[in-house]
Amino acid sequence: MDIGDVRKGSKLLINGIPYNVDEAEFMKPGKGRAIYRLKLRNLLDDSTLDITHHSGEKVEEAHVSNYEMQYLYNDGEHYVFMNTETFEQYLFDKEKIGDKKHFLKEGTLVTVPMMGEKPLGISLPTFVELEVRESATTTKADTITAQTKAAVLETGYTIGVPTFVKEGDIIKIDTRTGTYVERVSTKK
Amino acid sequence: MERRALIYEFTRAFFRERGFHEIETPIRVPAVAPEAQIVPFESENWFLSTSPELYMKRLLAAGYDRLFQISRCFRKGERGRWHNQEFTMLEWYQTGGDYLQMVQDTAELVLTIASKLGIGSIINYRSQRIDLALPWPKTTVRNAFLCAAGWDPITRPDPLRFDIDLVTKVIPSFAPDRPTVLLDYPAAMASLARLKPNEPTVSERAEIFIGGLELANAYSELRDAQEQERRFQTEIEQIEREQHHKIAMPWRFLQAVAHLPSCSGIALGMDRLVMLLCNADSIDEVVTFTMDTA
Repeated sequence: MDIGDVRKGSKLLINGIPYNVDEAEFMKPGKGRAIYRLKLRNLLDDSTLDITHHSGEKVEEAHVSNYEMQYLYNDGEHYVFMNTETFEQYLFDKEKIGDKKHFLKEGTLVTVPMMGEKPLGISLPTFVELEVRESATTTKADTITAQTKAAVLETGYTIGVPTFVKEGDIIKIDTRTGTYVERVSTKK
Repeated sequence: MERRALIYEFTRAFFRERGFHEIETPIRVPAVAPEAQIVPFESENWFLSTSPELYMKRLLAAGYDRLFQISRCFRKGERGRWHNQEFTMLEWYQTGGDYLQMVQDTAELVLTIASKLGIGSIINYRSQRIDLALPWPKTTVRNAFLCAAGWDPITRPDPLRFDIDLVTKVIPSFAPDRPTVLLDYPAAMASLARLKPNEPTVSERAEIFIGGLELANAYSELRDAQEQERRFQTEIEQIEREQHHKIAMPWRFLQAVAHLPSCSGIALGMDRLVMLLCNADSIDEVVTFTMDTA
C-alpha cells in the first residue's frame, strides 16, 4: 500500500513480521517531500520499532483478520481457545497470555487477531463479570473509615472493591485497568 | 474559536497600523505556482489556490506597495496533526525590505498578538515554556545541517536526504524554549526567492519554527522573470515525470515578475499560530471542521 494511506491501526509486514501502527506522524516542512514517521509495535513479541518513510514509497500490508474465540481451559503451560465458528482449537503459551489470565474464565469470549493461520495474541473484552470468592466481612467500625477492601475473584485475582461487596457477588471489571466498575448481582 | 477570532482582529489591527491594505485574491485559479511537492485540487481544468502569492505579486507589480491577505489555501494529500488539506494562510508583501525584515515583522506580530491576548512574551506550548522575546535566534541551513546531520546541503545538494534529515535531525535539534529562524536555503530550494547577490549557492529564504511547528516562510522576492520561468520549468518537468500530468505555466504571473519592484514577502500558517497561542496539540482543535469531520 502507498505510505500515504497508512493510518494509526494499520497493519504492516516488514521482513515477514507483522506490526501494528501505534502512531503515524505526517510532516511536511517548507514545500519539501512529505515525511511519515511511524511508531510500530511488533505483533508477535510486542517490541517497538520506529521507521521513517517519504511520500511515494510503498509499504507491505500485513493481512490480519480478527476472529472470536472462546476460552476453554488451561493446563498450567498453555491456554486453550476455540474459534466459535470453526470449533478449531488454538494453544497459547502462558507467557503470551500474561496478566490477561486474571480475567479469563471458562467461556470468556476474546478477539484473536490472526495472520493466516498464526494467532498473534488475544484481545480481552473491555468488561468481564467475575464472582467474588473471598472477601473479608467488615465490621461497622471499618465501614465508617475505609471505602475499599480487598477481594479475591474466581480467577485468583485480587482487586479492590467497595465494602458492601460480599462473597458470592458478581462484579464487573474493566480489563483495561483491572479495576472494579460495579456490582452486577448479589448472592441472596 | 473566540481566541482565533481575536487573533484575526489583532492581526488586522497590526497591519492596518503599518499602512498595509487587506485584499482578497481568487481562490479558484487558472494556474498555481508549479512545485513538485505541492499538489493542487482541480476544479474543472482550473485549480484551487495553494497560496495567494502569485496574485499578490501581480498587485505589487501594478503599483501597490503594502498588502496583506488572510486566505484559504488547498493542498492535496496533506493531512496530519499539523496539516489539513484546507488551511488558512496569512501572507504579507511590501516594496523594499528583505527576508530578514519579514522575519522581524513576524516576531513583532506574534509578540503583539500574544501581548494583546494577555499571554505576554512567554507561551506554554505542550508543556514546554517558550520565550518569544526578541531577537529570535537565527541559524543558517548550512550550520544547522552540519551540526545536527553532519553534512552541508549547500555544497552537496541532496533533496531527499534534506527533507528527511530536516524532520528527523535538524528540527529536533532546535532549542525547544525559543523560536528558531532557519536562513539561507540552498539555491535549488529557493522557490520564488532571489539568490544571495554575493553567494549564489544560497537563496534569501527563511523559515520560522516555534515549538517544533513550521510557522512561516519568508523571501526576498525574485524579480528575474527568466530565472523564475526556468525554476518553474524544472518543477513542471519533475511533475510530469513523477505524477504523469502536465501542469500549466503561470504566464500572467511571469509577465508581472518583470515589473516587480524590489520587494519581500512571507506566508504564515494561521492555524499554526492559533495552535501555538491556544496550546493546541492538533490542528483539529483550532479548526471548526477538518476534512474528516466536514
